[in-house]
Amino acid sequence: MHELSIAETILEQALRVAAQERAAAIARVRVRVGDLSGVDPDALKFAFPIAARGTVAEGAALEAIRVPFEVACRRCGAWSRPEPWVPACAACGSQEVDTVAGRELRIESLDLCDRRG
Amino acid sequence: MCEHCGCDSATGGAADRAGGHSETRHSAHDHDHPHPHPPGHPHEHADRVAAAPDPAAGAETRRVAVEADILAANAAAAVDIRRQLAERGVTAFNLMSSPGSGKTRLLEATLDRLRGRVGCAVITGDVRTDHDARRLAGRGAPVRQIETMNACHLSAVQIAEALPHVLAPDTRLLFIENVGNLVCPATFDLGEHVKVALLSVVEGEDKPVKYPAMFTVAGVVVLTKIDLAGAAEWDRAAALRAVQTVRPGAVVFEVSAKTGEGMDAWIGYLERVAG
Repeated sequence: MHELSIAETILEQALRVAAQERAAAIARVRVRVGDLSGVDPDALKFAFPIAARGTVAEGAALEAIRVPFEVACRRCGAWSRPEPWVPACAACGSQEVDTVAGRELRIESLDLCDRRG
Repeated sequence: MCEHCGCDSATGGAADRAGGHSETRHSAHDHDHPHPHPPGHPHEHADRVAAAPDPAAGAETRRVAVEADILAANAAAAVDIRRQLAERGVTAFNLMSSPGSGKTRLLEATLDRLRGRVGCAVITGDVRTDHDARRLAGRGAPVRQIETMNACHLSAVQIAEALPHVLAPDTRLLFIENVGNLVCPATFDLGEHVKVALLSVVEGEDKPVKYPAMFTVAGVVVLTKIDLAGAAEWDRAAALRAVQTVRPGAVVFEVSAKTGEGMDAWIGYLERVAG
């Protein structure tokens, strides 16, 4: 349960961008959360408003976009979505796979307001 | 037209013009589609979690692309640690497990065996107390305790601060004993070279598949307390299968730090790494 510290890190980066953009407020923060990132999107959405209190991000919506675990098979070339944390090709069963998605933990974009609405 | 689903996003609102999809447009259908598909296929459309109501609804907003790694600060500290260690010829191990798996006990036995032969250093993390630093002291290796107070894991910034206190000119191996926790430490790069997951036989064979985050990132898995295997009715084959399910190719050691069984292989591995 480290989502509060992750939320604080998201907030810091969002506030920095908002300041650079001379925005009055942050309306929405959009993040991509991989299924293997070790971060629970719901816990993050719970923690973010607590972290954002008293800042220009207060009241901002945190939108967490889940990114499923996806692997590319070195044997048969298929891309597939196995069960999270079980790195095996869904097409041929080989464990010789490379992770292509699911570990991300990224801020995608911010929606900024130039005057308080 | 949207290249993913065929919807007519050309007539969309500000969100679409900014390169994204508006939630209302796509909320009506599921985006799952058959795989495989070619590399470069975007994944941002998958599984949107319903967003909270927009408090600024009605106000003019503009979208700014950020595209930043949320853990960038930790990652940067980890990269700097790895550079420092490389310059000094030090290999670092990040030991992770649930509390009570025997991380400290394994380190005690390891330091005793390597004493006078391979220069070692230890950074150990717990929520509170310096009990582990006391246990590991006096075995020929500098030890630094980190008390995280509330945090459930160590971070690279904490390691960077502790590093100057433990590294000596002859240090070859650095052991970082993470906070006992089978979930959170997996997310944080500490600048180590090898992540080591420990699992004691009394915890059960299926821990790797029940707590996969930790084991999936571990290049080395150490099965500990094997002197208790009989009492715990430990199914060794099932445990090895569970490890290989979530971490194919993991190197596995089976040890008892108490009796010394299996320790030769573990120590031999560390000596080869130390060069």
